[in-house]
Parts: sequence; structure tokens; C-alpha cells
Amino acid sequence: MIEDTPQPPAGTRPADDDLVRATGVVKYFPIRRGIIFKHEIGQVRAVDGVDLTVRRGETLGLVGETGCGKSTLARCLTRLYPLTAGQVVFDGTDISTLNRGQLRPFRRDVQMIFQDPYGSLNPRRRVGSIIGDPFAIHGVADGAERKRKVQELMELVGLNPEHYNRFPADFSGGQRQRIGVARALALRPKLIVCDEPVSALDVSIQAQIINLLESLQDDFGLTYVFIAHDLSVVEHVSDRVGVMYLGRLVELAEVDELYRHPHHPYTVALLSAAGTPDPNKARKRERILLTGDVPSPIDPPSGCRFHPRCPKARDRCSVDDPVLMPGTDRRPGAEPTGDGHVTACHYPVLPGEVLAGRT
Amino acid sequence: MSTTELFESAEVPTIDTSGTLGRSPWQLAWARLRRDRVALVCGAFIVLLGLVAAFAGPLSKLIGWSPTQQDRINGLTPDGLPAPPSVHHLLGTDNLGRDVLVRVIYGTRVSLAVGVAAAVAAVLIGVIVGLIAGYFGPAVDAIVSRLMDVVLSFPFLLFAIALVSVVGPSELVEIGVIAFFSWAAVGRIVRGQTLSIREKEYIEAARSLGASDRRIMFVDVLPNLVAPVLVYTTLLIPVSIVFEATLSYLGVGIIPPTPSWGNMISDAQDVYQQAWWFLLFPGIALIATTLAFNLLGDSVRDALDPRTERLFAK
Repeated sequence: MIEDTPQPPAGTRPADDDLVRATGVVKYFPIRRGIIFKHEIGQVRAVDGVDLTVRRGETLGLVGETGCGKSTLARCLTRLYPLTAGQVVFDGTDISTLNRGQLRPFRRDVQMIFQDPYGSLNPRRRVGSIIGDPFAIHGVADGAERKRKVQELMELVGLNPEHYNRFPADFSGGQRQRIGVARALALRPKLIVCDEPVSALDVSIQAQIINLLESLQDDFGLTYVFIAHDLSVVEHVSDRVGVMYLGRLVELAEVDELYRHPHHPYTVALLSAAGTPDPNKARKRERILLTGDVPSPIDPPSGCRFHPRCPKARDRCSVDDPVLMPGTDRRPGAEPTGDGHVTACHYPVLPGEVLAGRT
Repeated sequence: MSTTELFESAEVPTIDTSGTLGRSPWQLAWARLRRDRVALVCGAFIVLLGLVAAFAGPLSKLIGWSPTQQDRINGLTPDGLPAPPSVHHLLGTDNLGRDVLVRVIYGTRVSLAVGVAAAVAAVLIGVIVGLIAGYFGPAVDAIVSRLMDVVLSFPFLLFAIALVSVVGPSELVEIGVIAFFSWAAVGRIVRGQTLSIREKEYIEAARSLGASDRRIMFVDVLPNLVAPVLVYTTLLIPVSIVFEATLSYLGVGIIPPTPSWGNMISDAQDVYQQAWWFLLFPGIALIATTLAFNLLGDSVRDALDPRTERLFAK
């Protein structure tokens, strides 16, 4: 199965370094009408051809506006959704076509932390039973041993093990998210996909959860895919960051590189819209206002999907769909840059360039 | 006063949660139910009914008549009509000179047994079918839901009479008939609840952990259904008791001489102008039992879901 996947270019990191390798991942949701006899009237192109690798031990951040396909992509990587097309290789195994039974062993290695700490815990079950779920499902530990392990986990994530018999309703939002973290950690997974794990929390609690996730990463050698729309959170936790727009990955780079030298006009606009705690800086900073709304993923624009809103768009952008390419030099025969900074744009933003449309 | 001082002096409101922490939703509901006087009275009445049904034999010995025994001395008036309440028969006698009190007591046994058994059977079928319809997606749902529509659109009384006349009446057939016409309503409720629960994030979490469909259905979905199902069961029992009485009244339920409230009312309607007690006491038993179960059902619903508005504030 590994032979089918495209190998990274020679001279880069060894392939073994990649925990997840996704190639051409596509996820369409059909739109159906009709009461008894349903017919398909269209498709939501939630994820439309994404190539992505997650390296062992790193935190890969995914940012983008609501509805850009971040969460769908995460659920494709964890195979909670069947893929419409494309391939996902996890730790050397192609999981893109496995059925539910075949996925079971893989479920031990990949866990998710969900956005809503209220919705992701069953209100009718005791916390001990919820955290013990992974042990019960995979037949790892029973009875007293399970209880001991669950209480260890509770202690690990900063919960009082004596609260084993309480219900989710007895805990605060931050504590509930710790319960979610404990459940994800139970089977010592290789990958944890965090789907906006702190978006629903108070800012003061966000820091606690992020620090907890970071210390657990150090202790257990975890790999994270970290989805958020808060750019400062992503900047803080990530090693590399991918920017998504309308079902596509439009830019991917090391975190410092991306925040300092964004190449894609969308990334530039996104970063300019992020809040700054320093009011002096905030007053000086240039905000680029994008015109119009995000187009519908049912009928995405032709060519580059960002072109109707892009201040740099030219004729070519509405026809020619750009692919991820390294560097900013788009002339044929340009020297490839080795920093892994890739952008899907025909006319990348150069350092020092000022985009039109600022306020 | 500086801002910091303001903050420091501000009293932090403390909410006493020690009474609720760690208690299950069931324990909390039970605590609420125990404070509900209507529920207590109805519950006590139902427990009493259960005891009467269980000890019908000893009770009838104490009274001195068996349910089918005819009193040849005081059982009938010289005109051959049922004897009114007297020292011999506290609630009078019926058209064959049998003791109405003992027959009402034995009728309790039939009503409770058939009513509860039919309701429980209907709920079991309804929960399983409803879970399957709600959980396994649109294709299964379409088929099962149409099936439930068909069952609900049956002219049930006609069908029940026809069925019993073919297979012959017995308690088991009666339970089967009542359950058959009741499960679809439970199924619909469970299906609707399952449809909404299955979209919850904790179901997705269970799936991402690799839980099987069966485990998700029984460990994650079912506990969230217990509240509506429990309420519906307590409300279905009186319906089944009335259903049983109806079938017996029509002569397709409990076969005489075994007493049931339904066939007693049926026998009484020929002579009620002369013997009101023969109609009144089984009628009161039926109405009081139904009322007690219905009121208890309402209280159970209030206790399980304190957010719903009460129709009549207490």
C-alpha cells in the first residue's frame, strides 16, 4: 500500500518521519431533496483536494474561516467520514478504504478532542465511565484496574480522582474539557486531533488547557493536529500551520515563517484581521478588508477559489487553478526553496508588498 | 476606591451545590418525586392495588366468598335480582348471586397483570424498533417508519375482535393484542429522540473511540431515552388497563366466569337500574386505577424534566 503514495522529494526528510500522509483528500456531502424518493440535487464540496503530511511529534495547526473545511478535513484524517476520493496513510497503513471493523485497531492510535465540552460528554453517564470508555471498548482493562487507570488519568489532567462518580453537569467548562483530554489520552494514542479544543472556553481557561496539551505532548510524545480559528492560539501551539480556504489548503509553512512572511493574499488578510493585545500596535497595523462573503462551497468559483475576493486577482486567476508551490518565484526554472513554505497562488505576496484594499 | 480594592471587596457569590454533586439524574428525579404529594398518594394507591391483586386469594377467604361462588341463600332477592350491599355482601352481589367485592378484588389482579404486561411488552418492542429506525439512517428509517404508520392506522378494535374470534380468547392473546397496537406509538417517540441524540458530539466521540453500533445504542443513546420512555410507560399502563376492560366488556378478553372489571360492567348493564352497586364498584375501581396511573405519570414527567411547564401550577 505504501508504494502507491507519492514519496517526498529526494533529499528531504525520510518518509518514516510522516505520521499521517494525506493525498488528494476530497469530501463532498450530497444535498438531497424529496420525501420518499430522494434525489441528489447538488454537493457541498467541504474538502476538495487536500495534500497534507503530519510529521511525528509536531503540532500542525489548521486555520481558516468558519466553513472552510477544517473540521471536515480532520474527520477525514481520522476516518470518521468516508472519503469521497483521495488517500490517507497513517503510520504506514492506508486507512482510506478500511471499513469500520478494520479501523478498530487504528482507533486506538488516533483520538479526537472536541470543540464543545458540553456536547462531547454524555450527560447521563458518570465521568469515570466516560473516561473509561476507551478501555471498555478496546477491552484493555476491567473492574478495579480500569478504575485505577481512570483515576490516574484524572490526576494527570488535573482533575480530582475522587470526582470519579460525578456527572458532567457537576463540572465547569474547563474541567469538562480536561475530561475530554483524559478520554483522548487513555490509550496513549500516537495522534490527537484537536478540533477547536479551546474555542468554547473562557480566555483564562484556554491557557490552562493549552498548557496541559503542551505538557502532555512532551510527556507522551504526542502528535497534534490543532484546528482553531484563533490565530494567536495557533501561533502559540503550532510547529507548522496550514491555512484553508473553501475546502482547499492555500498555504502551509513553519509557524514563524507563515506569520512573518505570508505569501497568500488570503493569509495576509487573515493575519491582518487578527487582534493584537497592544493598542498602539493595533492602531498602526494595516487591516485588509476583504470584500464580499465566502462563496458557497456548493458552487465554488472557477480557477483560484479566492479570486473573487482577492485584491491581487488577475485574469489568469479565474481560469487557472493554482497548486501548492514552494517560494514566491513563479517563473519557470526558479530555484526551489527548501524551507517547506508552500503557497497555492499565481501571484504570491512579496515581502514588503502592500495589498490594496487596506483601511 | 481603586479597581483592585473593588475587586477584592466584591463578595463572590457561592452556590451551594453540595446537595446535587455526584448525584445521578435519577437520584435527583427521585428526590423531586418524593416531594410531590400527588405522586405519593397515587403511588401509595397503586402499591395498595398491587398488594390487593397479590393477596386476592387470602382476602377472599377472609371475606368468605370465592369469586365464582354463588350465594344460594342471600345472593339474590326474591325477584331474582342482585342483592344490595348488606352484612352478607358488603358491596352487594351480581346477577348470579356472587360477591361483588371479591370479584372486584380478583378483577384488580387481571387488570394490573394484563395492563402492566402489555405496556411493558409494547415499550420493549417500541424501544428496540424505534432505536433501530432512528439510529441506522434514512433507508432503515423509511421502512420501519412506514411499518409503524401501518400499525397505527389499523382499526384496532375491529382487528382485535376479529383476531380473538379466530384464535380464541385468553389472557396471553389479550396481552399480545394490546401490545401489538401500542408499541408503534412508543416506537415513534423513541425514533424521534434517537434521531436528535445521534447527532450529538458524544456519539461522534464514541464512534471515534471505535465503539460498535450496539454499544453506542445501548450505552450512549439508551440512557438518554429512559426518561421519556419511563413517562410513556406509566401513561401507557392505564391505557392498557382501559383497553383490557374494553376487550373484556366486548367479550373478547377475559372469559367468564373469571372476573374482570370489563366483563363485570358488561354483565351489569342489563340490571343497573335495579342494581347500581353491580355497575358502580367495578367502574370506580377502573376509573380510580386509571386516574392514579395518569397522575403518577404526570408527576414522573415533572420529576424527570423540571424545565417543562406544568399545566396547572400547584
